[in-house]
Amino acid sequence: MTRLTLRQFRTPAAVAAGALVVVAVVVAVTGPHLRQLYDTIAVSCRAQGNCPTAFNSFLNTDSSLRTWLGILVIVVPGLMGIFWGAPLVAREWETGTYRLAWTQSVTRGRWMAVKLGVIGVAATIVAGLLSLMVTMWASPLDAANMNVFGTFDQRDLVPIGYGAFAFALGVLAGVVIRRTLPAMATTVVAFVGARLAFTELLRPHLIAPMVRSMALTSNIAGLGFGSNNGGPFNLLPGSPTIANAWIASTGIVDRAGNAITHQYVARACPRLVALGTSGPPAGSNGSTRVAAPPGLDNALQSCLDKVGTAYRDVVTYQPAGRYWTFQWYELAIYIGAALVLGAVSLWWVRRRLS
Amino acid sequence: MAVLEHMAVLEARGLGKRYGRRWALEDCTLSIPEGRVVGLVGPNGAGKTTLLHLAVGLLAPTSGSVEVLGRRPGAGSAQLGRVGFVAQDTPTYAALSVSDHLRLGATMNPRWDSAVAGRRMDQLGLDRRQRAGSLSGGQRAQLALTLAIAKRPELLVMDEPVASLDPLARREFLEGLAQVVGEFGVSVVLSSHLIADLEQVCDHLIVLVASRVRIAGDIAGLLGSHRRLTGPRQDPVTLPAGHRVIEARHTGSVSTFVVQADGPVDAGSWVVEPVGLEDLVLAYMGRTADVDGGGLSSVGVRS
Repeated sequence: MTRLTLRQFRTPAAVAAGALVVVAVVVAVTGPHLRQLYDTIAVSCRAQGNCPTAFNSFLNTDSSLRTWLGILVIVVPGLMGIFWGAPLVAREWETGTYRLAWTQSVTRGRWMAVKLGVIGVAATIVAGLLSLMVTMWASPLDAANMNVFGTFDQRDLVPIGYGAFAFALGVLAGVVIRRTLPAMATTVVAFVGARLAFTELLRPHLIAPMVRSMALTSNIAGLGFGSNNGGPFNLLPGSPTIANAWIASTGIVDRAGNAITHQYVARACPRLVALGTSGPPAGSNGSTRVAAPPGLDNALQSCLDKVGTAYRDVVTYQPAGRYWTFQWYELAIYIGAALVLGAVSLWWVRRRLS
Repeated sequence: MAVLEHMAVLEARGLGKRYGRRWALEDCTLSIPEGRVVGLVGPNGAGKTTLLHLAVGLLAPTSGSVEVLGRRPGAGSAQLGRVGFVAQDTPTYAALSVSDHLRLGATMNPRWDSAVAGRRMDQLGLDRRQRAGSLSGGQRAQLALTLAIAKRPELLVMDEPVASLDPLARREFLEGLAQVVGEFGVSVVLSSHLIADLEQVCDHLIVLVASRVRIAGDIAGLLGSHRRLTGPRQDPVTLPAGHRVIEARHTGSVSTFVVQADGPVDAGSWVVEPVGLEDLVLAYMGRTADVDGGGLSSVGVRS
């Protein structure tokens, strides 16, 4: 049964292997140069003390390839769901070959379990190898970028979970819908929906973020004043530079957690508001540079001193040290979901398709 | 219809299969004897395919029960191995070659007989490297029959295996089937709407109309116990005693009846002729359910 599955899977497997070889060649050709360049820049910039600037220009090296490889890691699991998962049972149904397959001396439960197991493992291997190659290739760029959470779902372990999940999702869609094309379309929608929902709604709450509360001083990077999109004039929160951290939220809040209001600022800092609202029209998006009115720094400092008695700049974030915890959590959840979907498919084939 | 002296290869009791609110097969009770080549005929929608799918375990009954070779169909790999199935339109994997299919059969069936499979392939002159998608309908049907028989089943079930074949391919297929039956002594249940084909290979017949068995019996016996009576038109009809009317036709001044009688009966002034299998089947298919009780008073009329 395993041999038969592999025989029927020969063409898709060859396509996947070919694609992996292409990626391997690209990575092998461009990767060593990237690593070498990074090492050179790292040594010289540490000597000169201009690493942020030097790394910034280094990040432009192969930046489009970096983008495309990242997209590939995100898209390939979906493709496996569409082209491996969805047709697995739906095509048997459409062509009527299930009547051949399920009347041999192998129960359809076993038939389904072997198909799910063999091709499911293949999907995780493809996703894993692709992620491994891209992660290794991009490691110099990621080291310079200092934003590991920004490329979280294109690197390391989680693509393996996405691969298994997308495949199992496609299989279930095919089993339930029994027609290849609608099952493929459903797989796309469900996979994208599940990924977005997880990323937006679930991932931020997997671990409670750390909180950093700072007294209001003009030393905090990004702390300033202005208006958002032409709204009322207000103090704007800053965030400290925390290497590789995932900043969840920033705000200027009081002890009870309420955000500062523009009315409060208008009452407390009339001079800052007067100086700040003169000059370029609000909402100019910073495209117009004008000289700061004299006394502005002073006005800001006295405003912060005054407001700072009641308010603090509060940042919630996930530190870099939690990167691998998040990777393992997300991998485990997606693999678990894939196993559940696989079990439902198995049950459906044994009980409902009869 | 005394056919129960043999053990049944298929025994259905009140068997039903419902899809949503539609019954594809409803309250079907029938018994198929062992060691025969049984033809299952009936109009489209009679439930033949559903019945056969229930028999090979592709479907599970909604109501009632069915036993094949004394066990529930599809109840494990051993039971699956005892029944060979050739599905309607003889599905095969278009992208796989003939030898891939033979390997499929070999790996999925512990009792696989590769000698039989190889011999049949040689007889048919099939190129084993050819992909199943490029085979003719006749070749594909032969491949499907090979897969079904090389697993060495005790019962071979076939759903309209020759319906889509041209006459030559049909004859070759049926010859192959007859050869297989002779060689392995396998019981066969075969559905078809081509009665001439059934006559060629079958020795037992079941007419299924709207899930009900209209008649079942050995073909020789059926042909012996039915006859056609022709005579001047009468109203009301008075037929000789002992005859059961299956079909009555009145054209002009002539009345024709297909009747059933178990023994020799004095036909009086009627002209008596034998009935062909096709006419016999059509006569039973034409009967409506409410005359199924039989008897002289209830005459199904086809006009």
